[in-house]
Amino acid sequence: MPLEDFIKESAGKWMDGDGPESDTVISSRVRLARNLSEIPFPYLMSKEDSEEITKKVNKVLQENSPNEFELVTMRDLSFLARKALVEKHLISPSLADNDNGAAIIRYDEVVSIMVNEEDHLRIQTLFSGQQLEKAWQLCNKIDDILEARLNYAFSEQMGYLTSCPTNVGTGIRVSVMVHLPALIMTGQLNRIFSTISQVGLTVRGLYGEGTQAIGNIYQISNQITLGQTESEIIENLNGVTKQIIEQERAVREVLLKERKAKLCDKIGRSYGIISNAYIISSEEAIQLLSDVRLGVELGLLENINLKMLNELMILIRSAYLQELAGKELSPYERDVRRAEIIRNRFAELDLGGV
Amino acid sequence: MFCDECGKNPATVHITKIVNGAKTERHLCEGCAKELGDYGISFQPNFTIHQLLAGLLDSAKENPPTMSTAPTVKCPLCGMNFNQFSQVGRFGCSRCYNTFENGIEPILRRIHGSSVHTGKVPRRTGGEIRLKKEIEMLKKEMELAVQREEFEKAAELRDKIKELENNIK
Repeated sequence: MPLEDFIKESAGKWMDGDGPESDTVISSRVRLARNLSEIPFPYLMSKEDSEEITKKVNKVLQENSPNEFELVTMRDLSFLARKALVEKHLISPSLADNDNGAAIIRYDEVVSIMVNEEDHLRIQTLFSGQQLEKAWQLCNKIDDILEARLNYAFSEQMGYLTSCPTNVGTGIRVSVMVHLPALIMTGQLNRIFSTISQVGLTVRGLYGEGTQAIGNIYQISNQITLGQTESEIIENLNGVTKQIIEQERAVREVLLKERKAKLCDKIGRSYGIISNAYIISSEEAIQLLSDVRLGVELGLLENINLKMLNELMILIRSAYLQELAGKELSPYERDVRRAEIIRNRFAELDLGGV
Repeated sequence: MFCDECGKNPATVHITKIVNGAKTERHLCEGCAKELGDYGISFQPNFTIHQLLAGLLDSAKENPPTMSTAPTVKCPLCGMNFNQFSQVGRFGCSRCYNTFENGIEPILRRIHGSSVHTGKVPRRTGGEIRLKKEIEMLKKEMELAVQREEFEKAAELRDKIKELENNIK
């Protein structure tokens, strides 16, 4: 599969929206940080070393699973194409900024291995809904495949050695992306978030770093990587996520019972605007899509599926939009084009109101 | 001093603008400053994890420097010294962990609340460590078996431990 397809093909497998708890949990991700011994970390290493590592890692993967992975080197990509990959969650912003960086991506986009980001290797797996165990199993397997042929930097005492001491030990970062509109509407989220940090986890908005994330989508992840086993870290995050989504569901139920007209009105209006707008900013689109998503999750909008909404969340991002158009667009042109894409998607559905 | 704009809240943002030699000063509260956003100031806290860490390290340095954190000690692989590390908050290579071992341990405890890895051990690189951990586990099991007076099981475990120990040598 050529690189263009990763960009043009909007749907990665994690976007299917068919995972467990998909009424609240959008996706689960596991990421392992690994380094090779006797080579300086990426920000100090030579171009030759970085190319050597990319080649080695790619070779191991291609020999082990032929025709499953595609190597994408940053140097060969335009600025927009790099940003589009970031918007698809396939690479990180800091990899996109690094000319010596590369990513080896599995065609179904479930696995991507970033090479020469902050660490030599960042192996990540992305699943639909709440499936951290599955994501960990796969990540673990790929880690074993690579380790069989590469010399990892590992210490008996401190575990996997990483460029930043905040990742040392297991090198694991697990996270879930959750949609929590009801907790936000009723102003209960901050209270919950302040307790999360006490158990070694952290929360941030998917879009923007502030406390009030747009689109009501948050990412919960572990902060501590040393002194706990991978399973403990995953269990911890699963336990906390379970409680949060139970609260979200409870509030949704109350809203449905006591404020049904108001809730349906909000969802219906958002649906009306987003499916008929001719000019729309990404902030507005993300906010409205969240309302529509809530309608789908509550079973109020039956003809729309989560897969379409997940895809739209990526399609409407500005770099992605421009990459698809094949040229740079002014902010106004983007807003027009964004509205057009959304309108077309909704028009294909042929559905009634709330 | 109260905010120039709303006159209600205390002014916490002070802006001095010099345009073509003409100087203007404004004193605003945070809310108004945000609304008047054209001053080109960002209220996003502008620090990264690395800067944060660097702060942590600086305070760790106040203690008398140990052998490995002295500025003269350089990592043999990447050439970094502990001062440089505490400025950028990142290590240069995996050998730094060895070089600056004494300086690192307290930092790890501050970040993670622990300095000992208990998770996955790589199959190949960690072959011996893996065996050691397995032996430790079997020894614990054996003690338990003895306590429960399951001597046959304990004997089995003892043989297994011996076998593994031979593998290490």
